[in-house]
Parts: sequence; structure tokens; C-alpha cells
Amino acid sequence: MIDADAIVLPGVGAFQEAIKNLRPISDVILDQIQEGKPLLGICLGLQLLFTTSTEGGLHKGLDIFKGKVVQLPLHVKVPHMGWNTLRIVKPDSPLFEGISGGAYVYFVHSYYGDVENEDEIVSKTYYGTDFASALSKDQIFATQFHPEKSGVTGLQILKNFVEYVGS
Amino acid sequence: MMNGRVVKGIGFKDLRDAGDPVELASYYFQQGADEIVFLDVTASYEKRDILINVVERTSDSIFIPFTVGGGIRSLEDIRRILCSGADKVAINTAAVKDPNLIQQCARMFGSQCIVSSIDIKRVYLADETEAPERVILETPRGKCWWSIYIYGGRQEVNRDAIKWAEKVVELGAGEIVVSSLDFDGTKQGYDITFLRELSQRVSVPIIGSSGAGIPEHILEALTVGNADAALAASIFHYGTYTVREVKEYLAEHGVLVRL
Repeated sequence: MIDADAIVLPGVGAFQEAIKNLRPISDVILDQIQEGKPLLGICLGLQLLFTTSTEGGLHKGLDIFKGKVVQLPLHVKVPHMGWNTLRIVKPDSPLFEGISGGAYVYFVHSYYGDVENEDEIVSKTYYGTDFASALSKDQIFATQFHPEKSGVTGLQILKNFVEYVGS
Repeated sequence: MMNGRVVKGIGFKDLRDAGDPVELASYYFQQGADEIVFLDVTASYEKRDILINVVERTSDSIFIPFTVGGGIRSLEDIRRILCSGADKVAINTAAVKDPNLIQQCARMFGSQCIVSSIDIKRVYLADETEAPERVILETPRGKCWWSIYIYGGRQEVNRDAIKWAEKVVELGAGEIVVSSLDFDGTKQGYDITFLRELSQRVSVPIIGSSGAGIPEHILEALTVGNADAALAASIFHYGTYTVREVKEYLAEHGVLVRL
């Protein structure tokens, strides 16, 4: 990881199990981020970057994005599984270069990150509630959706991250 | 698919070659399909490696969710298929024979990976008293209940399809895909009555499969049938319509689609 140009934190599954598996290397990740290494968190990977999560109890995350991971409202079908649209809040984010507002991306999640600092929100999506579908802070990016499953739009987002790392 | 080639038939019979699955999947992906489903009908269990190879090559070429089903018998099968790159697995026969499989899968891989595939066929009756335990509904073709089939439509299981669907959701299935033996390959549409009834009873996404002949059938499945998604095969495989054309038709008629 130390030799890598960037870190990608993917994830499908439950917070508790994932953070437990991540603990042995979480110090390395945090050090690398301190040194300015780019990181992209995807889905559960986004949630792991938060201060805490309420999934399966109260658990601590990596505390990179200040806030809490909470469940989607119960008046909608959970998990949120399927295509939904992006409302881009930070259009000049390198992550969304060439992506237009209203683009569809693919979601599979029951929880979302409720971030304290609104400035860290890159895009919002509506599903039962308005939630942050993408976040960024310095060289750290995170998406609640799966860019690798989001067709051409997703591929462009991944490409944007790779180009950001290269620059 | 059979032996690594795409096939198409009517009522699950008279299968004809329709191309290379990876090429077709890639083509549909580029055309804007939202998801791809592979159903393997290869008779021989030993030819499993062909399927794994197709799954691996497909996951290298397409970047939308894809589901693999057909002859999946065990947790090990499921693990292999998911690890080869599939996002979800569709299970029919194995779940009917051992419903616990769904529960085990959901626990191990998550409900979002498990699609319950249900093959249905209408059993018409003159009188409701003929089948007291069944969910009987009025259809344009008469009163009926729906029985389920396993082994690729070859064996009937005397069981109510609606009740079975409710059961699989309780056990942890994340989605249900419904194929109708009455409508499959006939180009007469989907079993709308069944889809609508099921949508009112379960809280997971329902995918209608079998029967689309024209875009209007798909529109009907999504609106009147209240299905969350529609699966179509022969209208696309034989080039009668493109995915793009169907989506544009749906958008024109007020359905929210990804274009």
C-alpha cells in the first residue's frame, strides 16, 4: 500500500465486519492519507470513512468524514437497490469531470453517511431522503453508489479519479 | 445460454442458437441495458466450467449489474459464480428442494446477491372450490391459480406460486424474477395479473420475464403489472427492437428510464 499511487476502498457487506477486518491496516491508511495519498471509498468504503456507524450497533469508523452513518428511512424499500440520479452540488470536482447533472448511477445500500460539513458533499441523491451520494475532502473521494456498475457514467468517474491521481 | 452459446426457444423448448453471450452482453451494455441476466440451460453439470469462463469474460466487458442463474445447486456454486464476477445469482430448483439454501446464501453473501427465480404456469378452474388453498384470481382468460415449475420448466411442483414467492422473501431473497411458461416466447406479453398481485404482497423488487413481443408489453408490465423491471430476450436477440428503442418508447409514455 505504501508503494501504491492511491488507495481504493471498495465494499459490500456490513460495517461491523468490515471495520474489524480493516483495523490491522487502518493506521497505515491514515498515515498514507496524512501524507497526501489519494483515496477513493466506494459504497461501504464511503461509510467506513465516517466517525461512527449505527449499523448493527454503534461502531467507530476511520473518522475522516465527520458524521454518522444511519439507516435510510423505513417508508421506502430498503435496501436502495437500482439506478438513481445525481444532483451535482460541486460541479468543479475532479471526480465529476464530464458528468452531467441528472446522470444515473447504480446503488445497493441500506445505510448512508450523514456528513456534518456540507462543503464536503459533491452530489446528492433522493431516496426517501436527500443523502450525499458523493463526498470529497482534499485528496479523499467517496461514492455511495458503485461506479464499476454504473455503465459509462461510472467508468468516467473512475477514469477521473485515475487521472486525478496521475496529476 | 447452452454450452456457452445464447439460445432462444418457446415455452423453454425448441432452442435455437442466437450468438456468443459475451458479445451480446457487451452489445446490450453499450445499447444502454440497465442489467443483464444469464440463464444457463446446459444439461450437463460437468460443463460448468464453460459458464464460469463466460462469467469471467463478461465481467471484463460490461459495467452494469449482471445476474447468473441456471442449475445453481449449492453455496459453493454461488460462491464460484460471484467470485467470477457476477453480481447476483438466480436460484429456482435448488431453493424449492431446500428453502434453507436461500437463508444460508442471504446470510453469507447478502440478500442483494440472491434473486429467487420462479417459473409459473396457470391452472385454470371453473370453480374456486376446486383449489381451496390456492390464491385464485380472475384473468382475461379465466379464473386460475399459478403452479410452480422446476428443472427448466420440465417438472411441475404442486405448490402455489404466490405463496412460494412470499416465502422466499421471508427467507431472504433480495429480488424475484418471474417467468411464465404460458407466455414465454409467445410474444403476447407478460402475465400481468400475476405480476400485479405479487407486487402488492412482497416488498422486494419484482422482475417480469417472458413474453414481450412489442415495447407496449414491457410498458404494460411496468405500469399495469406494477413490476419494478422487465426482462426481455427474443425481441432483442433477433433484432426486432433495440434496447434504445424500447427505452425511448417507455420514456415517451411517462416511465422514468435511464437514457
